[in-house]
Amino acid sequence: MSSIALATRGLVKNFGSLTVARDIEITLPTGVRYALIGPNGAGKTTLINLMTGMLPPDGGQIMLGGEDVTVLKPEERVRRGLARTFQINTLFPGLNALEAVTLAVCERRQIAGTFWSRLSSERDAIEEAYDILKRLRLGDSCYQPTRELPYGRQRLLEIALALASRPKVLLLDEPAAGVPLEESGDIFEAVAELSGDITVLFIEHDMQVVFRFASHIIVMVGGAIFAQGSPQEIAADPRVREVYLGKRHHG
Amino acid sequence: MSIATPTQNPQSYLAAQERWRPVEIVFWLAALLPFVLFPDYLTLASQIAITGLFALSLDLILGYAGIVSLGHAAFFGIGAYTAGVLTKYGWGEPITGLLISAAVAALAGYLSSLVIARFRHLALIMITLGLGLLLHEIANSAHWLTGGSDGLQGMQVWPLLGMFKFDLYGYTAYTYSLIVLLIVFVMARRLIHSPFGLALRGIRENWTRMPAIGANRQAHIRKIYTIAAAMAGVAGALLAQTVGTVSLEAISFGRSADVLVMLVLGGAGRLYGGIVGAMIFMIARDQFSGIAPQYWYFWIGLLLIAVVMLLPNGVLGGLSALINRWRSRS
Repeated sequence: MSSIALATRGLVKNFGSLTVARDIEITLPTGVRYALIGPNGAGKTTLINLMTGMLPPDGGQIMLGGEDVTVLKPEERVRRGLARTFQINTLFPGLNALEAVTLAVCERRQIAGTFWSRLSSERDAIEEAYDILKRLRLGDSCYQPTRELPYGRQRLLEIALALASRPKVLLLDEPAAGVPLEESGDIFEAVAELSGDITVLFIEHDMQVVFRFASHIIVMVGGAIFAQGSPQEIAADPRVREVYLGKRHHG
Repeated sequence: MSIATPTQNPQSYLAAQERWRPVEIVFWLAALLPFVLFPDYLTLASQIAITGLFALSLDLILGYAGIVSLGHAAFFGIGAYTAGVLTKYGWGEPITGLLISAAVAALAGYLSSLVIARFRHLALIMITLGLGLLLHEIANSAHWLTGGSDGLQGMQVWPLLGMFKFDLYGYTAYTYSLIVLLIVFVMARRLIHSPFGLALRGIRENWTRMPAIGANRQAHIRKIYTIAAAMAGVAGALLAQTVGTVSLEAISFGRSADVLVMLVLGGAGRLYGGIVGAMIFMIARDQFSGIAPQYWYFWIGLLLIAVVMLLPNGVLGGLSALINRWRSRS
């Protein structure tokens, strides 16, 4: 069993003269829950975009389970087990949750190109989708068009869509962004309930949530990794306190 | 019967979406009415069925997958010329002619999809427009094959199934067009309710998310573009065979624009949107051109603006909103 789920080596990305990723070295052992924190503009979302292939890097390598995926397209990485969610809802407004997750399951099963069979005859795919929805407590609202779902449920649907691809590694970009504090716990409970085989890296601003759910914290500042370590180490690091924890958090 | 409302089973929910509705049966039975009520208008009815089929093919790419095209007449024209040239040079059998035309149009659709699947928005509109203009000029200059601006003359279409001649009143033409429309419609309906149909709606609803759920957008687009081109080719071939000639108009920009207008009028992204749009458009043209033949686009322009402003989802979208409101009130 490979113990490294995802790793980056010397990852570099520039937007013109602005360096948004500078020699990023990250190693995610299988099954961990890591948090990625840092002030706005530190390059956290850019890093997820690089890892998932939505942005091409200017240098460096991305290894998924020991395989170099640096030049693979986003969908090819998804099929190898690297899924993500989006900070700003990136859902299918006109589809309901059942249709959306069933679509994602069909894509994973490679049957989404089938045009001669009825969707309703794909029992296994539909059941699998419905199970994911129930696990995230979306079962009772899965026939409502996505655009009509309450915002918190849309955030859960973000995660449901990612789970439908049966990820080995799941990158969550501020899964509770915009959700009232009292509801954000529900979303992180759902993350905590995920199978231990799934490796999770999540971006989050709320330090209480980070300290509660992460076993390891990576701090980014100005496109580079500033510090990383256990929550205790990060909390005790005076440099981190100075640049990040000392200031007020922003949403 | 349990007191609590049982949660609907997801599979039966999806099966219910796919079921034929009574209003659909009524619609297809009503399509037989012209034989009895308007026997003088069978030629028009046949052209409506053909144009409706053409609009349905555009609906698959534009209405369902959200891919704009301003050059869809290219495939209609390729189908029409293929069918026409076949009958002119010795093979007048209509049904095999239809299938060969579909295959040729599908090949053209596949080749252009290799380019089209890479672009979106304005670039896509320009590429499809350019492709349409290009093919129009090729048809225009290949006078030896297509007859150019004089139209393709000398077509010999054999009787349908060896029995039914294409008569002057359009009786055979409408029967033939309506049956082909129904067959292709049933296939399109099946496609829309398949996993692939769901993937097309996914592309329309969120282009960015599709790769993030593991979808190969370009492969999906190449596939639907090829299928839609084949359908448009069938429509073009039907027109050639029922009219007995092919004019340059079959492959013109005007036809690409008209079919877009029809789809928007009827309601894009709805299975019946293209057919209903074609009915409105063609009947309006028939009526208005009786009043003032050269100015009839004035009325179409007015109709288009009114529909887009008042009924953003087309006539069918407006109707279904009305029915929903009425249902929730009662």
